[in-house]
Amino acid sequence: MISKKIDQKLIQLGDLHHFIMRFFKELFMPPYEFKEIINQCYEIGVKSLPLISLTGFITGIVFTNQSRPSLEDFGATAMLPSLIAIAIVRALAPLVTALIAAGKVGSNIGAELGSMKVTEQIDAMEVSGTNPFKFLVVSRVLATTVMIPILSCYTGFVGLMGSFLNVYQHESVSFISFFDQVFETVTFLDIFQAIIKAAFFGFTIGIVGCYQGYNSSKGTEGVGKAANAAVVASMFLIFIEEQLVVMIVQAIRG
Amino acid sequence: MEKQLSHINYQNPVINIVGLRKSFGDLHILRGVDLKLFEGENLVVLGRSGTGKSVLIKIVSGLLSADEGSVNVLGQEVGDLDEKALMSLRLRIGFSFQNSALYDSMTVRENLEFPLVRNKRSLTRTEIDREVHEVLDSVGLLQALNQMPSELSGGQRKRIGIARTLILRPDIMLYDEPTAGLDPITCTEINNLINEVQQIYKTSSIIITHDLTCAKEVGDRIVMLLDGKFERQGRFNDIFDSDDARVKAFYDYNFIA
Repeated sequence: MISKKIDQKLIQLGDLHHFIMRFFKELFMPPYEFKEIINQCYEIGVKSLPLISLTGFITGIVFTNQSRPSLEDFGATAMLPSLIAIAIVRALAPLVTALIAAGKVGSNIGAELGSMKVTEQIDAMEVSGTNPFKFLVVSRVLATTVMIPILSCYTGFVGLMGSFLNVYQHESVSFISFFDQVFETVTFLDIFQAIIKAAFFGFTIGIVGCYQGYNSSKGTEGVGKAANAAVVASMFLIFIEEQLVVMIVQAIRG
Repeated sequence: MEKQLSHINYQNPVINIVGLRKSFGDLHILRGVDLKLFEGENLVVLGRSGTGKSVLIKIVSGLLSADEGSVNVLGQEVGDLDEKALMSLRLRIGFSFQNSALYDSMTVRENLEFPLVRNKRSLTRTEIDREVHEVLDSVGLLQALNQMPSELSGGQRKRIGIARTLILRPDIMLYDEPTAGLDPITCTEINNLINEVQQIYKTSSIIITHDLTCAKEVGDRIVMLLDGKFERQGRFNDIFDSDDARVKAFYDYNFIA
């Protein structure tokens, strides 16, 4: 029983590997679906803005509130902007954005493609001379890979704004001195690694969502499972990637 | 009254299947199927659910691959084609799906434009609009141009599905259960549409069904899939002039039950 389950997981891993290889093969081959890529960027990016804004803003406020007592013990509340900046830019902004996107975008992609699969819409595309993998998968994975870093930058900005409001309320620090301290603390490597990390997160959300949806079966039950599996698998992989990136960056910093 | 057969060119088979076998695991669906579809012919494939009728046309269109046997479509061996050649061949084959398979997120106009803008990139906006209007008019649904698929009835969805395949002017039409789930009046309308498509667009068609009224109204020739093979073929009356219990049960279910 256990060995059968392990076999199934290994076969699934092999399929996912094949799926990823096919993505890179199709990515560079014409025709290019620019219109669909832009459409997906809009769907994934613009339509996620309200949720991302709210979550980023609240994360900034809550994290500042929670950090203050620890710094107060050492009389170091003046360091709050630096602490918040490092935490938000290096970790929170990409991670929060990715987790929100995994829930919203990943499940949406899984359910949409799963539904298209079980209602034969993907077959219909194929028989009408369109490559459904290129149209549906490549465009969505590209869109998530591009949009999650952009959304992460936005989350970082909104989070810092939330944090500033909290700091201003308690410590009466001005906008200029808050952001002066933020930019003094944050290095190019911090921003660079955050963007690269977010791109990996975006790729993961897109490819896992598409894989689950594209390979769903068993009718409407399969659609639900595809959406669910897209979220769970994406979140799991995002945490692993986060850990890997932290280890790599720490090695670079020496 | 049975259909006239003078429009069929028996010298030119557009589909020629020899010894086709297909299994899913231990389930042997097709066990050595031989079949010819002639130019201009409407061929009905009858059979119970799960006998492999849809599998047959999915193999013809390259959506599934055969385990054994030869499937020659418009002079090309489907199993030997690379991806690009298969794409080109598919443009000459229209596939009408059982549940229409309209793209849910697109309007009727966008559904119809989809294959056109991807495969005939040189067309201007005016030409695309003209093609869309023409094909929509031929299925009698011009008024549905800007509606979403969810706003259409089952019969309308079938018509739009057929229109979407016709927009590429295919030589061969494959209909998968065109009347499934429709009321008798809509069934008759779909049957008439299949006959009109044959006459106007000069298509050769395979119609998969278990609806005997549909078979009688649209079929120039009928083949019956029994136990993974075509056991009987001919005109409607020839098929059911039989003592075979499996054939009789099929007839009785449709016309008595």
